[in-house]
Amino acid sequence: MSGANRIAGQGRLTPARTARFTFDGRSYEALEGDTVASALIANGVHLVGRSFKYHRPRGILSAGAEEPNALIDVARDKARRQPNVRATVQEVFDGMIVSSQNRWPSLAFDVGGVNNLLSPLFAAGFYYKTFMWPKAAWDKLYEPVIRHAAGLGVAPTEADPDRYAGRFAFCDVLVVGAGVAGLSAALAAAGTGARVILCDEQPEAGGALHFDGSVTIDGQPGYEWAQATTARLAAMENVTVLSRTTAFGYYNHNFVGLVERVTDHLARPERKLPRERLWQVRARRVILATGSIERHMVFANNDRPGIMLASAARTYLNHFGVAVGRRIGVYTASDSAYEAAFDLKRAGVAIAAIVDNREKPGEAVVAEARKLGIEVLAGHSVVDTKGHRRVSSMKVARNGGGSGRSIAIDALLMSAGWTPSVHLFSQSRGKVAYDAESGRFLPGAYAQDCLSVGSCNGTDALQASIEEGLAAGELMARATGYDGGDKVELRGENAFEWTGGMAGAGEGAGADTTVKAFVDFQNDVCAKDIRLAVREGMHSIEHIKRFTTNGMATDQGKLSNIHGLAIASEVLNREIPKIGLTTFRSPYTPVTFGTLISHSRGDLFDPARKTPMHEWEVAQGALFEDVGNWKRAWYYPRSGETMQDAVNRECRTVRNAAGVFDASTLGKIEVVGPDAAEFLNLMYTNAWDTLKPGRCRYGIMLREDGYVYDDGVVGRIAEDRFHVTTTTGGAPRVMNHMEDYLQTEFPHLRVWLTSTTEQWAVIAVQGPKAREIIEPLVEGIDISNEAFPHMSVREGTVCGVPARLFRMSFTGELGYEINVPADYGQAVWEAVWARAEPLGACAYGTETMHVLRAEKGYIIVGQDTDGTVTPYDAGLAWAVSKKKADFVGIRGLKRPDLVKEGRKQLVGLVTKDPGVVLEEGTQIVADPNEPKPMTMLGHVTSSYWSENCGRSIAMALIAGGQARMGQTLYAPTADRTIAVEVSDMVFIDKNGERLNG
Amino acid sequence: MADQTLRRPPLAGRQGGSAAARISMAAPATRLSLRAGADAVPALSAAFGLDLPVRPKGAASAGGRHGLWIGPDEWLLIDETGADLMALAAAVPAMHSAVDVSHRNVAILVSGPGAATAIAVGCPLDLTRLPAGAAARTVLGKAEVVLFRTGEDDYRVECWRSFAPYAFDLLVEGADDADL
Repeated sequence: MSGANRIAGQGRLTPARTARFTFDGRSYEALEGDTVASALIANGVHLVGRSFKYHRPRGILSAGAEEPNALIDVARDKARRQPNVRATVQEVFDGMIVSSQNRWPSLAFDVGGVNNLLSPLFAAGFYYKTFMWPKAAWDKLYEPVIRHAAGLGVAPTEADPDRYAGRFAFCDVLVVGAGVAGLSAALAAAGTGARVILCDEQPEAGGALHFDGSVTIDGQPGYEWAQATTARLAAMENVTVLSRTTAFGYYNHNFVGLVERVTDHLARPERKLPRERLWQVRARRVILATGSIERHMVFANNDRPGIMLASAARTYLNHFGVAVGRRIGVYTASDSAYEAAFDLKRAGVAIAAIVDNREKPGEAVVAEARKLGIEVLAGHSVVDTKGHRRVSSMKVARNGGGSGRSIAIDALLMSAGWTPSVHLFSQSRGKVAYDAESGRFLPGAYAQDCLSVGSCNGTDALQASIEEGLAAGELMARATGYDGGDKVELRGENAFEWTGGMAGAGEGAGADTTVKAFVDFQNDVCAKDIRLAVREGMHSIEHIKRFTTNGMATDQGKLSNIHGLAIASEVLNREIPKIGLTTFRSPYTPVTFGTLISHSRGDLFDPARKTPMHEWEVAQGALFEDVGNWKRAWYYPRSGETMQDAVNRECRTVRNAAGVFDASTLGKIEVVGPDAAEFLNLMYTNAWDTLKPGRCRYGIMLREDGYVYDDGVVGRIAEDRFHVTTTTGGAPRVMNHMEDYLQTEFPHLRVWLTSTTEQWAVIAVQGPKAREIIEPLVEGIDISNEAFPHMSVREGTVCGVPARLFRMSFTGELGYEINVPADYGQAVWEAVWARAEPLGACAYGTETMHVLRAEKGYIIVGQDTDGTVTPYDAGLAWAVSKKKADFVGIRGLKRPDLVKEGRKQLVGLVTKDPGVVLEEGTQIVADPNEPKPMTMLGHVTSSYWSENCGRSIAMALIAGGQARMGQTLYAPTADRTIAVEVSDMVFIDKNGERLNG
Repeated sequence: MADQTLRRPPLAGRQGGSAAARISMAAPATRLSLRAGADAVPALSAAFGLDLPVRPKGAASAGGRHGLWIGPDEWLLIDETGADLMALAAAVPAMHSAVDVSHRNVAILVSGPGAATAIAVGCPLDLTRLPAGAAARTVLGKAEVVLFRTGEDDYRVECWRSFAPYAFDLLVEGADDADL
């Protein structure tokens, strides 16, 4: 027998199909289909966890996603472990390891339980009042202790070995919830031919039919009808049925996030299965059939294990075949709890009494109770309970006074009525409206193409729910253009229509009391805490929520909201709608990070872009650095070389012989059209109409505010065709920037932009032997110095491959950049290398490129500029046309602040000690002895050891830098002060003769 | 014409996927990014032997050549036979911009009954609204792609070459999930 409390002949699980699991090290037997909660109760275990703040013993309150107490840790193995799982939704699988949380050393004896005795110190808002003094204790004492004590559960430290999947999906009608109303809606919508997705968080459809055994639909028992209907829907080609799938977030334009739990219920899931699957659904119409959640009663010590929602007890009996006790009390303000008592009584469980705080309960249920021989105490309340690890008695008193009597029980069922689940409706930005008659918030004005049906819409009667579902399903499907199908009709019958319900604190937990009557179990918020919040000046529900933490964390107002509001309303003497309702936030229930990340992990986290020559570079032992999404060869260490050794060697080799460099990642934009030159005139500070076809020019691009945005060499291929290059990191934004101006500011220009970054592999050959290396490979272009001087471009062939050959240099050496169609990149590179290597050249990476350009004072946008640097600041005044009437940034450059004296300017810095290399980012001051805070003149932007100069070199942005040439300044660092001299930025070949070699 | 044996296309010959959706690299093709105003469309259509589509999602195909509508003045031309599209464009005097992007793009082919589900792993388009013979510029995860539905269960995913390994591997994961 899978647990002593399993009742033969009750429930829908198969007795022969068992599974074993452990809870805190003890082994238990369960049935397939059990939740951890139902299996524990079947085995007589009610103490499942400890509460968050007071560490009070807690049991299982519910049978669903609203569970605030029974949070457990579930593991398959060390890495496959998840804390804070709700025992009421986690299905048992064979071999699962379950542990309780928030207790030490054990669940039964928890040292933290002392908090319960000290609770006067932990009143609501205690965070805001204590730990204020002494200040130093916050870092050392308070925060570490609070961090240790706070939180529920412990996250695993191992990487998650599970896989997660995700997909986008589309439908005409998304139905959330497969209870009576949702199934009715899905049937009607599917019948028209519309594409329907129906999802439900439970393993099986049915919703409330799990517990309400009195329902028949078209003569069939309700639960069986739900399964048959779901099977029928699933067999239809236009319907997707997703079970174990929670709609957790409702976003703009009917975009709804679903999480499908694929393997969490399986003992040995197939390896290929993802653990969970994220569905990002765009629905043309949404039908919310999310049901309602039963409320607990608020009274003294209403949180003992064994005290639970009446509908939960009914679920455990009717679905799982488990009796939650042997002698059960009921405390209610709603007829619905009576039916739980009836079902239990018929199953042979003793009902001690139904305590109803109403003077006049529903007549039908009272009559039935009488028939079954159950004592009903109308106008009475449960004012206290006893029992340490499980409830043992309830104290019942006549409303309005009286000493009361104690009744022995081992479980207590409660119901204060039902709260419509308007969470998703609220997330959709729909406005809820308070219905004073029924005392609940219902969907009011809709913000999206969506309808609520059934009990989440406040529709209580069975047949009304069915008809509302059918009508909505048909209406929504027809609205998307489907007109097929016959009208669907369904006839539902059930035993009782429920009346009643209450909100707020019950007898014995009123305004003058200090008892612990819990409103929010998960956050240990009592009725008195809400009153305290109001007394301390919190009058808005948003303030009350934050002061008390009522409705925070995973509860999100599922259980606590209405009671909290009602208590605040009573103290403030203001109607509930005047106090307001807190915002329902997604996710509806917690979603794992794995699901949100889905496929975006490992290599699929972000594209790793590699150049056509990447494999060659790997084979040559290159190390790589990330530049944007690109992997760029950083340096090529030879055996035994440090990075500095390798970079020194590469730097020497390029200037003495030559170097080959992969420049493929530079952004490239083809600018084509009769107005191409005019467009570039507007986009760059330079003049382009004067550039002849076959020539190139270095260009500077500004933002509207006059600051440097990007730079690069532009070649004119033909009158109407330019080959623009950008920085590697700037390629996408420069393209967008240019396209933006073309479409919005200069739409009259006849010109088009095409990104060609990836069309071309770019092989830079730089150094005195560059011409000698490439000469035999080039056909159709005279590359002599006279015919093809510095800053030229020609089309021809290289190694028989069509090429654009540039003569340009980012090293200050004679240099070429060979552009060939990308598939040919590696072959041409290898041919170049076959020439270069015997001539003493090397392959070099980005680090050497950085050093070589710094030796020449060539800037790198984004390193030597930072969005506050004008071309004048950067020493690039020569690149700003004085003749042009307009270009982007021309007015920005004239702003007083951009032309004033003393702006930070880019200059060279040489350390007095040539062996010292400054750290990039180091601040520069004039007086190293000035008391702090010192006057910062600027900072080092680039700094390297230059093997070619035999000393360190640096570039820096210094206030009034140009006027400080030759001055001695200082770089104060943590351990010493370094003296530097301001210099110009060209450290090698000041006359630029090598360029023209 | 350059020696084709020198070409090293990314992921050449790579195959993957599942019974539901096969993923493979397409053979090299010539491609053009074509930009032009409406007035040049007839002349360009004549030159390429295709009725260049003028509506969103439009595509025209003939003899292994495809013209895909990418924007109001933009087409992606693909020629699977390797024809010199730049030369064809050069013969058209009507104003236009033709840029050779043969090597910028590669194509990944997705085929099989689960092809659409495989693509849905990262593409937020409703593929039931992209009938066979239609195309759209869209995204696949973090990669920009042009999606061309060549048949009921056949898609051509055009992406930039350095995004190919990412797009291929993501589609393989989608194909695996489509097979469950």
